[in-house]
Amino acid sequence: MATEAMTGAATNGAKRPLMRKVLPYLLSLPALLVCIGILIPFGTAAWYSMQRYNLAFPMTRGFIWFDNYIMLFQDPSFWHTVRVSLLYTFFTVGVQLLLGLGIALLLQRRTLFNNIMSILLLLPLMIAPAIASLMWRLMTNPNFGVLSYIVGLFGFTDFRWASAPSTALFTVVMIDTWVYTPFMMVLLLAGLRALPRQPFEAAELDGVPQSFVFFRITLPMLTPYIITAALFRMLESIQQFDIIYAMTQGGPGNTLMVFQVTAYLERYQYTNVGRSAAILMVLWVITFILSNIFIKQWLRLREKARGVA
Amino acid sequence: MQRQTSLGRVVRVGLLTMVGLFFLFPIFWVFLMSFQTNQEILRIPPSLFFEPTLHNYQVLFSGRLETQTGTLEVRFMQNLMNSVILATSSVALSLVLGIPAAYAFARFKFRLGEDIAFTLLSFRFAPPLLVLLPLAIYFQQLGLINTYTGLIWVYQLITLPLILWIVRGYFEDISEDIEHAYRIDGNGWFKTFWKIAIPLAKPGIAAATLLSFIFAWNNFVFALILASADKQPVTVGALAFVTASGIQYGQIAASIVLSVTPTLALALYAQRYLVEGLSLGAVKG
Repeated sequence: MATEAMTGAATNGAKRPLMRKVLPYLLSLPALLVCIGILIPFGTAAWYSMQRYNLAFPMTRGFIWFDNYIMLFQDPSFWHTVRVSLLYTFFTVGVQLLLGLGIALLLQRRTLFNNIMSILLLLPLMIAPAIASLMWRLMTNPNFGVLSYIVGLFGFTDFRWASAPSTALFTVVMIDTWVYTPFMMVLLLAGLRALPRQPFEAAELDGVPQSFVFFRITLPMLTPYIITAALFRMLESIQQFDIIYAMTQGGPGNTLMVFQVTAYLERYQYTNVGRSAAILMVLWVITFILSNIFIKQWLRLREKARGVA
Repeated sequence: MQRQTSLGRVVRVGLLTMVGLFFLFPIFWVFLMSFQTNQEILRIPPSLFFEPTLHNYQVLFSGRLETQTGTLEVRFMQNLMNSVILATSSVALSLVLGIPAAYAFARFKFRLGEDIAFTLLSFRFAPPLLVLLPLAIYFQQLGLINTYTGLIWVYQLITLPLILWIVRGYFEDISEDIEHAYRIDGNGWFKTFWKIAIPLAKPGIAAATLLSFIFAWNNFVFALILASADKQPVTVGALAFVTASGIQYGQIAASIVLSVTPTLALALYAQRYLVEGLSLGAVKG
């Protein structure tokens, strides 16, 4: 209430102090209630992860503390899942960051052409990842896919895209890049255009070479945007499901068994509820840590943007 | 501004052309495919020139595909309808729940407030399957499985945080003095909220609405787990086409075009809001 006393408009608040106190809770309660309904299954998942619980063997169900986790950590196939997820995250975020930054630099100047281009380049981001995968499946079909035909012209006559173990990761990373690079681009472009002009003008006057300007002025000032965008994409990439499920369901073989796809198959193919929950809890710990770092970074950027505005 | 050499200009145009090709060609190509017959699609080499046909769309709209072995039922229109119902209702519910909450978080500094706001935000980043798999069991028991109600509730995970955080930023930007001035005239908080705060936050509400609609429309995994064919949106429905027997490639392409048209149209219409929405209000567009 201190702010109110300061602005000298406490009349209404003082008249009904109780109302004033309860009101914020009343306003946010419905939103909170809706979310509590979602918190309960979260607790259930943690509970399942500590049970021997396979729908195919209901009689064996029982509480086993951390045995699911211990079994996971001793299982090479789990470490395969960890490795594939990390590789997927590393390649998608890395490629998208470089590509997004490159495009943002190309479109930095506010010309009509650049503005139209930056709007058009947003379109893939507006397409559902599952649908985008379907588009790429049509284009990489071995019988009629236009991309299969094009790489065939360059001598790769038997390029199998997502259906060959050697190129499957490349293919899904490319689709992810197609969908999400626009996100990097749009954030970095907004960042570039929000940078203060004076350092650049000073550098121009002093005749500083462009590479120096880029590495010593542009890049450091852009870093908060780069970190925010990269963290956000990391959070999404490590739990990618739609693209991989729609392309290969984790295959061929176990090539693309990332966290959520593994957990999905564990649950619906092998009916192993306990193990599936344990895999997802491990993923949750990773995303929880990442999201805390991200939110801090994002809040800082938000403060800054609001300070400027 | 930096001077540009003619070589730099050529390199720049070349690079942008490649970028444009990579990101826009797939949309263009699938769009063309949707107007081709199966024979034309299977033709090698692929060609830009063909006799466009509306047959693929006719099949999807009528829901009946004549094949040599008989008539096949195609339920794609139902999927499209489901997408409209799910996305629209989820966003509407989130607006009703989220705008008052956003106002509370922006105007009143109260305990729990920040906690709730952050809990909501962290939902946005938790692995969806973690919640969905147990939820499927509860929904079975509650009779919510394969219902619009159940799905719309779960869709709040996507739409609510987005609306809450974007609109909150706009409420915070409104000077408190304006609201106080209005209240000194004897108006209650609700009238102030309704007549002053909401109209001033309108651009933020518009941005949040459009963006959360797009994200709800594009969601795949919720309905995959919690619904069967008759309640599934286009994202799941179109994918089912791939394994369905008798469906032709042109019809898959046409279903893709119909699935993405609403979000692409909205994005183009509302592009000035997108940057701010995509960064959850951290970057001003």
